[in-house]
Amino acid sequence: MTQSTPYFCAANIQYCLPTKKLNIIMATKSAILGSSLAKKYWMALTGLFLSVFLVVHLAGNLVLLMGEAGRDNFNAYAEFMTTFPVIKITSYLLYASILFHAIDGFLLTIQNRKARPVKYHYEKPSANSGWASRNMAFLGTIVLLFIVGHMATFWWRMKFGELPMANGYKDLYTVVETYFTTASTAWLHVLIYVVAMIAIGFHLWHGFQSAFQSLGVNHPKYTPVIKKVGQIFAVAIPALFAIIPVYMFLFF
Amino acid sequence: MNLTLKIWRQNGPDDKGHMETYPVSDVNPEMSFLEMIDVLNEKLIAEGKEPVAFDHDCREGICGMCSMFINGEAHGPGKRITTCQLHMRSFNDGETVIIEPWRAAAFPVIKDLVVDRGAFDRIQQAGGYVSVNTSGNTIDANAIPVPKRDADRAFDAATCIGCGACVASCKNSSAMLFVSAKVSQFALLPQGKVEAKDRVRKMVKQMDLEGFGNCTNTGACEAECPVGISLENIARMNREYMGASLSSPD
Repeated sequence: MTQSTPYFCAANIQYCLPTKKLNIIMATKSAILGSSLAKKYWMALTGLFLSVFLVVHLAGNLVLLMGEAGRDNFNAYAEFMTTFPVIKITSYLLYASILFHAIDGFLLTIQNRKARPVKYHYEKPSANSGWASRNMAFLGTIVLLFIVGHMATFWWRMKFGELPMANGYKDLYTVVETYFTTASTAWLHVLIYVVAMIAIGFHLWHGFQSAFQSLGVNHPKYTPVIKKVGQIFAVAIPALFAIIPVYMFLFF
Repeated sequence: MNLTLKIWRQNGPDDKGHMETYPVSDVNPEMSFLEMIDVLNEKLIAEGKEPVAFDHDCREGICGMCSMFINGEAHGPGKRITTCQLHMRSFNDGETVIIEPWRAAAFPVIKDLVVDRGAFDRIQQAGGYVSVNTSGNTIDANAIPVPKRDADRAFDAATCIGCGACVASCKNSSAMLFVSAKVSQFALLPQGKVEAKDRVRKMVKQMDLEGFGNCTNTGACEAECPVGISLENIARMNREYMGASLSSPD
């Protein structure tokens, strides 16, 4: 068998036709995003960048826990985040990352589904893998839907909406406070927020360490540490995010 | 012991296929799983029915032919074994056992439980070799120093028997564990390093062309691999490929 005839199924063409047709579709997609591995690198890089963003976002949000005393600090933070040039440039990178992570994930999922056209009659995946690792697309979809709603509620209003002013700042604090405490459906807003944070938590539980593996970082000395850090990150960050609206709802 | 078998029957590549139920009685718990299928087939032949087609060769756990997905797991329950090393004592009397072929677009079913794993051969042919120096002054391999740790890891990767359990277990039908083992066994050794960059690019390209899915690092492949190929190999392939792609002129 020589390399110039990679499809020796030419002799038994009947088994190979469906595979060949699929190959053409896959090769076309590969031309856009490179190989299967290149897609994974992008997934990992954008995922890690979004993880860093979560920390920055959380730091600002925690100011909300100060209540009335933190109103100006929070509003100043919101203004800084929407006007400071370096942050503005980074924010475009962030929007691109969210979109790319979602689109790349969507393409990967479609390819992965196509790679098994006939499903198993019976499967026992719990015998060999974790739940979160098998449901990244589902969890990611929940997170994406949340992000769309979340940006419409806060980001859009901060950037383009008419906001009341408080001490010279756009009063985003009041928007947040109303949304999670006095609005008639505040309990629903809090519930959706908490559910979304749980989804992010599971997504990160697998995604954090998976990103390192995709980028080729797997070492007997460092990988156990990366996995541990990933698990702490996946629990702590979403939990801290979720505490804020719950606390506001109960005590403000 | 008595069992109820639910087996995938598919008359040929174009047949739609279906699950069929067969009761088997007086199964000896010391039989291997393949011997139990032999018993069923003898019964089917005696009844004038078509026996169940399945792949097997060495029956000592090293050939990797037995592409059976048993009770939801590649090569059935139990770790680090192929189907011939699975014994009927792993099952309970009266149990229903579900037997299916590997399911992947890249591994089309030929008949019943037999799949075409030619995709693995083509990936291997794309670059999974070291070009032999035939000039007549080939150096004795032992004359090239190799660190013990590298030799061990290369050998661990080389234990891959190409059975396809990784693809069968992966929810994405990804062949990354197989390809990475074949990439690693050469990339770790001085003889293989010469062609390492070309090799990884060619093998990954062929892997993508064959229609395997992408790795999502679930780890199912490593857990079901009969020879315990490690995920470290996939990370190594990711590194090798990244370096080779970034530094290549095209």
